[in-house]
Amino acid sequence: MTQALYSRTRSPETEKEKGGGGAAMRVIVPLQGVVQGRGGLVLGSVIPCALFYVLQFYLKRHRKDTDEQNNSDSSSQNPTPRSSSYGNLSELPGLTRNWSRGLSSPRNLRGPVSVSGRVSGIVKGADSPYYVGLRRAKEDPYDELSNPNGIIQLGLAENKLSLDLVEHWLADNAEQAILRNGKELSISRIATYQPFDGLMEFKVAVAGFMSQVMEKAVSFNPSQVVLTAGATPAIEILSFCLADAGNAFLVPTPYYPGYDRDIKWRTGVEIIHVPCRSADNFNLSITALDRAFDQAKKRGLKVRGIMLSNPSNPVGNLISRETLYILLDFAREKNIHIVSNELLAGSTHGNEEFVSMAELLDPDDFDRKRVHIVYGLSKDLSIPGFRVGVIYSHNEEVLAAAKKLARFSSVSAPTQCLLTSMLTDAKFVQTLITINRERLQSMYAQFVAGLKKLGIKCIKSSGGFYCWADMSGLIRSYSEKGELELWDKLLNIAKVNVTPGSACHCIEPGWFRFCFTTLTEKDIPIVMDRIQRVSETCKLNR
Amino acid sequence: MAIEIEKPSVGLSKVAVSETHGEDSPYFAGWKAYDENPYNESSNPSGVIQMGLAENQVSFDLLEKYLEEHSEASSWGKGAPGFRENALFQDYHGLKSFRQAMANFMEQIRGGRARFDPDRIVLTAGATAANELLTFILADPGDALLVPTPYYPGFDRDLRWRTGVKIVPIHCDSSNNFQVTPEAMEAAYRCAESMNLKVRGILITNPSNPLGATIQRTVLEQILDFATNKNIHLVSDEIYSGSTFSSSEFISIAEVLETRGYKDSERVHIVYSLSKDLGLPGFRVGTIYSYNDKVVTTARRMSSFTLISSQTQHLLACMLSNKEFSENYIKTNRERLTRRYDMIINGLKTAGIECLKGNAGLFCWMNLSPLLEEPTRESELALWKVILNEVRLNISPGSSCHCSEPGWFRVCFANMSEQTLEVALKRIHKLMEQRRRRN
Repeated sequence: MTQALYSRTRSPETEKEKGGGGAAMRVIVPLQGVVQGRGGLVLGSVIPCALFYVLQFYLKRHRKDTDEQNNSDSSSQNPTPRSSSYGNLSELPGLTRNWSRGLSSPRNLRGPVSVSGRVSGIVKGADSPYYVGLRRAKEDPYDELSNPNGIIQLGLAENKLSLDLVEHWLADNAEQAILRNGKELSISRIATYQPFDGLMEFKVAVAGFMSQVMEKAVSFNPSQVVLTAGATPAIEILSFCLADAGNAFLVPTPYYPGYDRDIKWRTGVEIIHVPCRSADNFNLSITALDRAFDQAKKRGLKVRGIMLSNPSNPVGNLISRETLYILLDFAREKNIHIVSNELLAGSTHGNEEFVSMAELLDPDDFDRKRVHIVYGLSKDLSIPGFRVGVIYSHNEEVLAAAKKLARFSSVSAPTQCLLTSMLTDAKFVQTLITINRERLQSMYAQFVAGLKKLGIKCIKSSGGFYCWADMSGLIRSYSEKGELELWDKLLNIAKVNVTPGSACHCIEPGWFRFCFTTLTEKDIPIVMDRIQRVSETCKLNR
Repeated sequence: MAIEIEKPSVGLSKVAVSETHGEDSPYFAGWKAYDENPYNESSNPSGVIQMGLAENQVSFDLLEKYLEEHSEASSWGKGAPGFRENALFQDYHGLKSFRQAMANFMEQIRGGRARFDPDRIVLTAGATAANELLTFILADPGDALLVPTPYYPGFDRDLRWRTGVKIVPIHCDSSNNFQVTPEAMEAAYRCAESMNLKVRGILITNPSNPLGATIQRTVLEQILDFATNKNIHLVSDEIYSGSTFSSSEFISIAEVLETRGYKDSERVHIVYSLSKDLGLPGFRVGTIYSYNDKVVTTARRMSSFTLISSQTQHLLACMLSNKEFSENYIKTNRERLTRRYDMIINGLKTAGIECLKGNAGLFCWMNLSPLLEEPTRESELALWKVILNEVRLNISPGSSCHCSEPGWFRVCFANMSEQTLEVALKRIHKLMEQRRRRN
């Protein structure tokens, strides 16, 4: 019903636009008559008035355009413009930018009720290959027995490798943990209003877990922890706290596609890309950071902070201790914040040492106030459904604001009780962390070796659930268009869903993220086989 | 090092330093006093009794009985076969079984007089998040929502803080039992216009907080007509719909739409939660039910910031789809709330205090204007301080609910035992006697 209403009211809108242009022509031609003295007085007063109104109208539309842009999605602010291939992806019946504003004028009282500018922003973002691929894989999922020709999901950074360990713990302990706690079954403990930023016992358990995961190199103070329903709101809350609408964060690319939503959507904050290159192994270069900061300044954007991911997503590399120090210096020099998203700190699998930003902060260090850590249990504990995220900061003002904002994204109390129990089982936690790392290491090695046999090289990385593969040798044109064509082939012919670098804003075409943690060892040959279908044909066509 | 100290400290955003969270208002100050000196029957019998928190503790035993008898709800069954899927499930559509259970529960509460489609239900972590989310979707920064007074103090924060949206009050008074009138709505709309604010919607709470009364059908129709006339949205926060004292007096906006054949319904959105009716605010379960497809789609995507734990969804899906449990719960909960309400109303009456005639909610709207020195906000706050510090009861002053008439207070009665309620009533009696003697 609503679709029809939208199309009915779109036409008066476009007519209005045409009216603007047409009016201009109708003014210029009679002007010649004025100059030659015919109907001079009348036209001499009517024409300037008409011009005046047309100008006002134009200015008003233009101002509305800029208002909309501040609220709309990434593509308008992306310094590397989207290619035409975007149009090839399925298009949702989109809204034209201004229709909601136009409709709220009295003339359109009979039109449908308008919604905010934020609606159109997300409608467009949902068509990125990242989301399209996830949807397709969900609709036609591979199953060894029942759907052997289905799509194999390699686009979701979920870790199923150690889920069995968590499962066993829960089978033995869940009911006890949630309701009884060793006593009579009582619901009042978990039913009533709790502090919105989390129960203290759970904060203690989470702080302890974070420390264990980072191999005891840091100890985290539970009263500096704010718990949120997942890392997604943790990032958004920090964006709300550290920047005003119209300000910007520097974010190294390629980055997790969800940042476009988490950092920008409702906050009105912008992202300035800091491109990382294969020549540097996709490590962050300070030169690039400096350049991006200056570019922001030239555009009149105030940079409020840097958003780092360590281990990074989608590449999987770790930031070295040296680079972390350099980044702190940079932040100090520019007087900006650093948010370090360390969500995958427990999911490292190489020999490289993971260093948390928190390690570098001395108790007397004034700069402690500019560093904020994001963490969560979705990755390291494999329980994304339970929604547990962490903001950790030494800045009391940030903590005070974040605690209040956490009320919009609190962790469910029974979940807090269950997980408090689980995380305080130190023996279980240690076993989980160790075994998980071993399994990650093994799967990573096998998967990368498999790709190597097909002539596909990966960046050497030490963290995360994925590998970052260079498939530029297989794309026809060295461009985003070429990359998306390959992505399409992989999805529809090889029937594997992988994440193309362009969805992560990678500046070099041809890179793809392959997640391997939803697979078992015997799935790997099948996956390689499927990829080979496409890689062979691509090689032949070049 | 000295140079660094002179440098400006790294700044925060306007949102972070804003006072819009409202936690400095008396509504929250009373809670602090309670936290510092909480009443306890045995260990602290002279402490502050919390009557400012609208929590429902009267039916915990029903929940406990269910959970005792159905361990599969909290443990995914033997060997935890369902666990894997559940733990990985972070789809913003929410568990289908849970949405179905919520839709059924909402239908049961309304005595089957309205139907709810599970695919129009969007899940959020609490009604607080639902109201904020809807505001983000329906209005732009600088726009306005019309809200009848007196209203829940939390709206100042939930609807305005991060959204940048403004609230323009629709003034209601005791002359007609604080009901909304077309004149009052018009006046508010004109007031917004005079301030150059674009009105995007009207938000009502039905049953009302803090009045503790349901909105009559004729008034609902007038509100819907007004919204249609101005082409704005209508949000109906029906969080107390299951806490009515009789099953027939509550009329949902959904029922009004049903009788109108759902004409013009894309402007209507209902907010619901299990925090009040089921007494589970700690679980963080809220929903948005919208008749507008675009709002449903956008709300769903935006709910990524406020998803409900899949574990909690699973537990509640089991519980609420158990018809025997849900029917019995709704009925028994209603009876117990009615009993509490009668108890407090009679207790107050004997003390010489009148309340607004209520029929729902976890509180009553008490009229203490005869006790005010002067009919002013300052007098009301002075009286509130006396009640907090001397009588040691934390109740909510009407001014924190933006009531235009001073002297009204909201008093919660469901978050304590009957014995504690007796103690509270005794203290009020004492206060009234002292006042009488003084006069």
